[in-house]
Amino acid sequence: MIVHTINKEAIYSYLEEINDPEVPVLSIIDLGIVRDVKMNNEEIEVVITPTYTGCPAMDMITTTIKIQLATLGFKKIKVTQALSPAWTTEWMSEEGKRKLKEYGIAPPNPKQQVCDQILFAAAEAVQCPHCESYHTHRISEFGSTACKALYQCDDCKEPFDYFKCH
Amino acid sequence: MNSLIDYTLHLADNALILGQRNSEWCGHGPVLEQDIAITNISLDLIGQARNFYQYAATLIGDNATEDSLAYLRKEREFKNALLIEQPNVDWAQTILRQFFFSQYQYLIFDQLQHSKDKQLAAIAEKSLKEITYHLRWSSEWVIRLGDGTEESHRRMQKAIDELWRYTGELFEASNYELEAMKDGFGVAVSQLKDEWMNKVKEIFSEATLSIPEKTFMQTGGKEGKHTEHLGYILTELQYMQRAYPGCEW
Repeated sequence: MIVHTINKEAIYSYLEEINDPEVPVLSIIDLGIVRDVKMNNEEIEVVITPTYTGCPAMDMITTTIKIQLATLGFKKIKVTQALSPAWTTEWMSEEGKRKLKEYGIAPPNPKQQVCDQILFAAAEAVQCPHCESYHTHRISEFGSTACKALYQCDDCKEPFDYFKCH
Repeated sequence: MNSLIDYTLHLADNALILGQRNSEWCGHGPVLEQDIAITNISLDLIGQARNFYQYAATLIGDNATEDSLAYLRKEREFKNALLIEQPNVDWAQTILRQFFFSQYQYLIFDQLQHSKDKQLAAIAEKSLKEITYHLRWSSEWVIRLGDGTEESHRRMQKAIDELWRYTGELFEASNYELEAMKDGFGVAVSQLKDEWMNKVKEIFSEATLSIPEKTFMQTGGKEGKHTEHLGYILTELQYMQRAYPGCEW
């Protein structure tokens, strides 16, 4: 493939095919972690930002981006990490939120609440992704990955993951 | 330049060693949810450590990597504060150590995010969201245990009596911290003491806990003079790279 005919939009659509290894239903574009793409003939740089500081998926995502772009004929591929501005769930696409819910993970509420310093605050009201009831309660502030909390629905009784606001 | 490297390593070592300490709870937490909580905090801290080590490695050059800095430096080269390396003992002491550190880290990073050094500022900005989380969680637990049962109160007070002697060092600036401050990229730790103390007193009063009187403050960790505990942590942490140099995951 002749690389110089590929435009930025096409690159984004290729990146759209790369999923987050821990939440495989989301692409890295849905997650909002791709911050920039810089192209110059056969050179390309993709700037990504981690969701959480210790997110162990970042190394794998970096490798996958490099492999994906290499198949397009780029000779020099650089993936850099930008920490500032810090990632927020506000950058997650509406499409991403819809996919999360369909997958059984409650998407982040629009307003950031977890970073409040108020002690013993009431748990966020989260909608059950299965039966859509708001009659749910938090089991644990921390879940299977850094970005999730554990909830249970009081109506359909199903436990579920909640992608925390961050 | 040297002070920037030392300062960055100091921040990295604090995060790595506490991350390693907390991770000892993995599979041993008092209840499953809190086992997950403390190991999640470990993950955040190790993430911070990686960011700082990666930055330090670029400053040092000479083939230094985040791994060589974490796995191949000796005890005397580690610059973490003494508080960080103290053993877990029980849930009370683990919680208290986390609370003291998170409160301290919160105050530092709140200023560090405006550092003249862009990378330190970015790491601080990114980490601050998570630190807020750690601080809230550990503050709640100090109150819950302090104002809880007779036994939880006794254990919490015992932890305070044990760890208080290591809190003075946090606010005593080392040479590299002084230089970092002078050059405009570091935080003046001595000026954070009053605010830290007020926050601690606030939580302790709600938790019905008290601060010990007249304590001799132990120092030296920031300059590489550690308690006997650090050697044991490093032995475990560095074992694979020492036994099988260059081995990869």
